[in-house]
Amino acid sequence: MRVSRVAQVFAAEWPVLVATLRRDLGDLDLAEEAAQDAFVEAAARWGPGTTPNRPGAWLLTTARRRAIDRLRREQRFAQRLPALLDAADAAGRGPRPAGDLVDDQLALIFGCCHPALDPQSRVALTLREVCGLSTGQIAASFLVPSPTLGKRLVRAKAKIRTAGVPFAVPARDQLPARCAEVLRVIYLIFTEGHTSTDGPALVRGDLCDEARWLASLLAGLLSQLPAVDGVAGTPTHERAVALAETLGLQALMLLTDARRSTRIDQGGRLVLLEEQDRTRWDRGLIAQGQAVLTRALALGHVGAYQLEATIAALHATAASWASTDWVAISQLYEQLLLLESSDVVALNAAVATSMIDGPAAGLAAIESVRERGTLEDYRYLHAARADLLRRLGDLDRAAAAYRRAIELTGNEAERRFLSDRLASLGSATPNGGAESRR
Amino acid sequence: MRYMFLLYGATDAGPAHGSPEAAAEMQEWFAYTQVMAEAGVLVAGDPLHPIESATTITVRDGATVTTDGPFAETKEVLGGYYIVDVPDLDAALAWGAKAPIARYGSVEVRPIADMGEPEGAPDA
Repeated sequence: MRVSRVAQVFAAEWPVLVATLRRDLGDLDLAEEAAQDAFVEAAARWGPGTTPNRPGAWLLTTARRRAIDRLRREQRFAQRLPALLDAADAAGRGPRPAGDLVDDQLALIFGCCHPALDPQSRVALTLREVCGLSTGQIAASFLVPSPTLGKRLVRAKAKIRTAGVPFAVPARDQLPARCAEVLRVIYLIFTEGHTSTDGPALVRGDLCDEARWLASLLAGLLSQLPAVDGVAGTPTHERAVALAETLGLQALMLLTDARRSTRIDQGGRLVLLEEQDRTRWDRGLIAQGQAVLTRALALGHVGAYQLEATIAALHATAASWASTDWVAISQLYEQLLLLESSDVVALNAAVATSMIDGPAAGLAAIESVRERGTLEDYRYLHAARADLLRRLGDLDRAAAAYRRAIELTGNEAERRFLSDRLASLGSATPNGGAESRR
Repeated sequence: MRYMFLLYGATDAGPAHGSPEAAAEMQEWFAYTQVMAEAGVLVAGDPLHPIESATTITVRDGATVTTDGPFAETKEVLGGYYIVDVPDLDAALAWGAKAPIARYGSVEVRPIADMGEPEGAPDA
């Protein structure tokens, strides 16, 4: 798909422009509006042969001019004048130092993902200010009305202003924790794109693309932070941890996304990993994912994302579901559970157990997770139970579990898959003969 | 920027009144207050007498109603406050986290509205 020159420049220059303007003007809203104005002007003026050599500089100059216009109209000029004069003065001295651009963009990202903002607002802000998606696009991606999304952004920016939410690279000792918050936002975006919680489509690929792009941008920026420790070229421990986790998430998303085209069949039905056509997995993305994972592991800090990425890599390189290295996967889940005692992870570990020790063992493992009570409304718990009960020939309980899973899913493709499974039980022979139609 | 810390804790949480643990926590509060004063961030701060000492008034349609107790029965009650002056929210949160009550209660960090501030004040 050929992308126009303006669109290409847009993707790359948007966060740089917003970040620089935000720092110059000290106001996120004003920065966003000025950037938007500049891009509208660019779309109108640029064309083949008339695209400037240094588009970033053109955009910044234009945006600053539009910001001044806006301030003059709204009579807020006196307040902002000192900052604008500083910025114009600095611009006269030449392009901004590369280090400043890195800091400014990190400040923008960390600010949008600040824990003082509610999670939905962090997602919306990041998609708007860093990715440059329009309010309408974000609203459509998350299936909320556009005005609702608009209000969310307005409220978030109001909180930033009144509560003084800082847009800055976090202090060194805060870096890993704050980076974890950013990764949480990115993973939320990816998960929503990978399996949309509501609506007809299973996959909203554009959200997955944005999430992967964000991780790549963050990793690039973190690796450009100067080394602080005395030994030249040695990253501080905190920076290494932040970078390792970011690369881990990036690898996980690449490896997971490689399966994107095989997750839905012609009938709009979910296709499980077990049944996906592995010849149609994107080998390029798998190779990329493995390369990023290698870089992550080399930093010497193994976190949850890297473990999940390693599991995804084992799936991606296995010739079939049956020949997958389940023992290795099981061990990785054990390590993962040591890092974070998550019941969802325990559920996935139980599925791996069922592949090694059979469905009865897997079911027992799931029951002990179920006893903890946190996953009663989690559709995958019931879907996994249903599948194992079906394999064991316990069709009544399998049907009940499929019905519960169907109740809990808002996703059309998943619902169709589960309904088909439920229907296939009816044609199976009860009492031990698990002959369901596939 | 000025922020208020509203210090909340459940009445049955925290050390028992008069116990050695309570005395130890009192020392922690003194130290905490002193550190903030020395850092130049402390504007004000006081403990409040327990909610049994509270009285609430409302005036509706010209009628004043006086009631014994806090404005509402809540699980966590307001035990005290601080006012700090710091560069941004992160600085406020860092100080708030050090309050002894944060371990078993909550510290709400609220920006103080400066009535003289022009609209659309710069973010940090």
